[in-house]
Amino acid sequence: MQRAEIETIAYLARLDLTEAEIPVYQASLARILELAGELNRADVAGVAPMAHPLPGLAQRLRADEVTERDAHERYQLNAPRVEAGLYLVPKVIE
Amino acid sequence: MKGRSLAELSAGLRGREFSSVELTRHLLGRVAAAQPTLNALVCITADLALAQAQAADREIAAGRAGPLTGVPIIHKDIFCTDGVQTSCGSRMLAGFIAPYDATVVAKLRSAGMVMLGKANMDEFAMGSSNETSFFGPVRNPWDLARVPGGSSGGSAAAVAARLAPAATATDTGGSIRQPAALCGVTGIKPTYGRVSRYGMIAFASSLDQGGIITVSAEDAAIILGAMAGFDPRDSTSVDRPVPDYRTALDRPVAGLRIGLLKEFFEKGLEPDIERHVRAALEVYRRLGAVVKEVSLPSIGLSVPAYYVVAPAECSSNLARFDGVRFGHRCQDPRDLADLYRRSRGEGFGAEVKRRIITGTYVLSAGYYDAYYLKAQRVRQLIATDFERAFAEVDVIMGPTTPTTAFELGAKTADPVTMYLNDIYTIGANLAGLPAMSIPCGFAAGLPVGLQLIGPHFSEERLLGAAHAYQRETDWHRRVPPGYE
Repeated sequence: MQRAEIETIAYLARLDLTEAEIPVYQASLARILELAGELNRADVAGVAPMAHPLPGLAQRLRADEVTERDAHERYQLNAPRVEAGLYLVPKVIE
Repeated sequence: MKGRSLAELSAGLRGREFSSVELTRHLLGRVAAAQPTLNALVCITADLALAQAQAADREIAAGRAGPLTGVPIIHKDIFCTDGVQTSCGSRMLAGFIAPYDATVVAKLRSAGMVMLGKANMDEFAMGSSNETSFFGPVRNPWDLARVPGGSSGGSAAAVAARLAPAATATDTGGSIRQPAALCGVTGIKPTYGRVSRYGMIAFASSLDQGGIITVSAEDAAIILGAMAGFDPRDSTSVDRPVPDYRTALDRPVAGLRIGLLKEFFEKGLEPDIERHVRAALEVYRRLGAVVKEVSLPSIGLSVPAYYVVAPAECSSNLARFDGVRFGHRCQDPRDLADLYRRSRGEGFGAEVKRRIITGTYVLSAGYYDAYYLKAQRVRQLIATDFERAFAEVDVIMGPTTPTTAFELGAKTADPVTMYLNDIYTIGANLAGLPAMSIPCGFAAGLPVGLQLIGPHFSEERLLGAAHAYQRETDWHRRVPPGYE
């Protein structure tokens, strides 16, 4: 596991890592992948990947109907920054 | 009110021996007294509890009480509670006030239960020792130098210390059963889809399942009946009637075919735990059950399969925490990318980051087939192993954990050492099966758990088998010294 690989993964995950954290995750990811490597012992030829924990069940779809009332004011009480009912983020387009 | 089970407290309330307000005050006193040592809760809702208790007393006076009316409960802080902080053990959600109730919370509230507060837990339910909580570790009431297990460590410690007769919990890889075993209480993880996940903060959606920690199987049966059932708001909730779990308790175990899981006794199991588990199987034999050995050839791959699938789903689920609509936001972000990266880097703790990194890696281009797809195939092998075993036996039994409660800090240096705590519990999650842990003895003063695993939707059978054992033994009635 190279340092650059951790940096790429951290970028993909939008996760800021400190200088001190990078070697820690470098080591632990290597360790976890070593554990995951045990999966290669399994003979999975012809075995379909499991799609749902309950056999024969698939994801249910609901009717395309409005079921919730507008509660954005309530939800926005938890927002870090709001203005005029809108979530504020740093400028995206210069 | 002391030392009584939920069933007994319920009878006491309806028989007007004491009021719900009296019971609630009594337990709030215990909660407050235990908090500095155990740290089992992250939030105590005393005013709300007393208001709910008063309402319950009015229902009781009007003769409208059900079995749970006025009975106090603690909710794991992973369940959204309307108007009350729901932090999931994370800095990311510290101060987050849920704008609605999880279905589990709403159902138990409408059954008349009184919420005393929210239970501490491993951050986003990722941990096996409750040491990853942003709000500090929970301590095991049997030995304050030891962990209560995790991730539902607060729930298990609270019930063990008799701060409440029941606490909700969730189980993704053993997070109900492992802490129940380490704290000497009863825990049930129902079949995947049996209890609604709506309002239960997601970790790994194909594995997460809500359940309950109580003193006894009888108490678990009473609450599970009120928690379970179809919920149109959870697309994985199963539309299937909820049986009367309480009447199922008295089914005889004579003739029950119990499978002793060979692979769980092979290596790494503490001899004292093996001795107690084998003694428990003798109790079942005496009651007329037939015990035979069963083998699950692929079960040894549960831990590696889980530590690919669960982090993969975690990395996807936790992508929603971006510092925009709720949760932690960093100071003075330079731009949007900086806002995302620093908010997440600061808001998540070390174990959560480790899992996000692992999950992102195994799902990334070039590695998906080698890790994620492979793990999902192995998961199918494990599920098929269970299916074959359940053609021969009704219930599989074995230890819940390889060791009793360990000391704080003992397993934090290497993540894989910590992950191996769940070696016996993960299989049931991968296959979506219901499973329980019940107390079956003590080793050097620390509780030992017996695990029961059944086929899909066999909760009645599991609860019945657990109840039969608890009628013959009193391990579940033992209370940690100082908490009598």
